[in-house]
Amino acid sequence: MLSLLKRDLSLATRAGGGFGLAVAFFLILCALVPFGVGPATTALRPIAPGILWVGALLACLLSLDRIFALDHEDGSLDLLATAPIPLEGVVAVKALAHWITTGLPLVAAAPLFGVLLHLPGSAMPWLVASLLIGTPALSMLGAFGAAITVGLRRGGLLLSLLVLPLYIPTLIFGTEIIRRGAERGDPATPILFLAGITAGVVALVPFAAAAALRVNLR
Amino acid sequence: MSIWEYANPVKFMRVSGAMLPWVVASAVLCTAGGIAWGVLTPEDYKQGATVKIVFLHVPAAMMAINIWVMMLAASLIWLIRRHHVSALAAKAAAPVGAVMTLIALVTGAIWGQPMWGTWWEWDPRLTSFLILFLFYAGYIALWSAIEDPDSAADLTGVLCLVGSVFALLSRYAVLFWNQGLHQGASLSVAPGERMSAVYRYPLYLSMLGFFLLFLALLLIRTRTEIRRRRLAALQAREMRA
Repeated sequence: MLSLLKRDLSLATRAGGGFGLAVAFFLILCALVPFGVGPATTALRPIAPGILWVGALLACLLSLDRIFALDHEDGSLDLLATAPIPLEGVVAVKALAHWITTGLPLVAAAPLFGVLLHLPGSAMPWLVASLLIGTPALSMLGAFGAAITVGLRRGGLLLSLLVLPLYIPTLIFGTEIIRRGAERGDPATPILFLAGITAGVVALVPFAAAAALRVNLR
Repeated sequence: MSIWEYANPVKFMRVSGAMLPWVVASAVLCTAGGIAWGVLTPEDYKQGATVKIVFLHVPAAMMAINIWVMMLAASLIWLIRRHHVSALAAKAAAPVGAVMTLIALVTGAIWGQPMWGTWWEWDPRLTSFLILFLFYAGYIALWSAIEDPDSAADLTGVLCLVGSVFALLSRYAVLFWNQGLHQGASLSVAPGERMSAVYRYPLYLSMLGFFLLFLALLLIRTRTEIRRRRLAALQAREMRA
């Protein structure tokens, strides 16, 4: 499993792997929003948590179809399916690799983009915390969507239609953490909910994703 | 005699063919009767004539949720027992459910405009219906995207299971996110909240009508799917010969 993780990470970071594209997309999104709503602090500050979370969601979505598509094309997915480790483990490792290459850079870059959107300093720790807790769920659910659409030639658009509704609870609790943090409220409740969602998703979704992969590899 | 015998397509076709005229007739009768009776009810002292939209709105909303539950049950039966009729029934039910969701959303908007002064409000109930509609859309899109019918049935079945969990999760997450404007349960039995009998009985009839309407559409659509399968099988045999 560790070698699979290493392999996926090195494939992602080498040329053509698309590493960092998600962060660049995130930056562009955060740069576009002020053009849309105006540069005033009063306009940007209230919507900053939402923009940052929706941006993270979309940036995460961009690279989802790569989780299984390339391996499916060159046949290594079939090899992985017959490998001694269970397919559920393969799915979990691939989602983890996706999170390390997409989710983690987003978490690291988010405070910088928060400054761009005039997010108050008191909300910054909560922004990082909420993304850190929430993005693993995004990667795992994305892996499920990718597993369902892996056999399709033009699965990209369908993938976003399938995956985005699944992201709604994560988005709701994620932004709620930042909003409460910024207003010096008590963010403990949404943090617990978000952590619960992530834990449940990481524990259970690999089974659904592996089931979908088995159908597609039949 | 067990219920699983109807998983045999031949038997299903025979029984559903015999049932269909009766179901269609009673569906038309109950739906038309319920709505007509609803239109003839006296106007509400606060809401005026707009109250009558409830005879469309509540049954459609009820069916929108129940059809998803039926799809969940059918998907489970398919995934566990591999009965093709069950998978086809889930496929056949999805567009009906999507339309029911749409009817509930549209009639709600038409009612909300004069009553709440807005076509749309990000109220938990409205929002979760919009989310339910998105789930229906994704489910239907996945069915139409996959060519192999058995893989499509498997993948949509898995999606339906995961989607059900997340639809339910979203339902309660949106409660957390925004306070509601929508009134509580329409058919509350608590005294004082209970709907007046003048409106209640036509509503019951209309709900029965919508249920029968769904049953009729489900039978027709499932029969169509089975025939489509048979046609595809015949064509495949032709190609081989």
